[in-house]
Amino acid sequence: MLNCRDITERASAYVDAALPWRMRLQMWMHLAMCRFCRAYVRQMALVSHTLSRLPRQRSDRPVPEALVTIFRDAHRARLPGDTSQ
Amino acid sequence: MADHGAAEEVVQDTWVGVIKGLPLFERRASLKTWIFRILVNRARTRGVRDGRMINFSALETPDSEPSILNDRLSANGRWVQPPTLWAEQDPEAVLLRDETADFLHEAIDQLPPAQRAVVMLRDVHGADAKEVCNILGITETNQRVSLHRARTKIRAALENHLKRR
Repeated sequence: MLNCRDITERASAYVDAALPWRMRLQMWMHLAMCRFCRAYVRQMALVSHTLSRLPRQRSDRPVPEALVTIFRDAHRARLPGDTSQ
Repeated sequence: MADHGAAEEVVQDTWVGVIKGLPLFERRASLKTWIFRILVNRARTRGVRDGRMINFSALETPDSEPSILNDRLSANGRWVQPPTLWAEQDPEAVLLRDETADFLHEAIDQLPPAQRAVVMLRDVHGADAKEVCNILGITETNQRVSLHRARTKIRAALENHLKRR
């Protein structure tokens, strides 16, 4: 029988559905009886889902000029018909 | 990376590598995985130069770090201090709370390098376990352990944050 510690150690893999079916079944049986572990596993899933919706941190720095030049040159190299430059 | 400037140079260097290498890209991995691998290689090279080499796999073995839940579970593995129940039930509700997004970014920044790299790739950028192993050059066990530890710490931090109303 799995105890609560065993559940916390497998909660991350459980929410990813990354456990073998036998272990998954044992987890499920414990979770059916233990509301604390149910809350814990739900929170682990919520952490993962929340991170996936996390707004990205935007850099407030301008794109370095060297990088802009590299992109521009690569773009031109792929437009052989463009003689405007 | 040593500082923001070094990180920016690595990113710039990565885009140069991507543009130059694009004609040779063989589609054996997704474009995203391929770009991240170039990034990690450039970061490693730079890390060696700056004397800040990080080996992602050496840091995360199953018994390299005690569980942060040790105080909350008894010796026989039962909850002594059970998880606090959260009013928020979905990501939108969690993120609507004041400054939670900033708080989560800070919680991620405080993780050790391997855990931070794995949770960023898996949860924030949506890569799967295989892609992460491939990008960081770590084993499936390392990946699983790092992700478990990262999420455990972020959950504990979020528990404290949500409690403070």
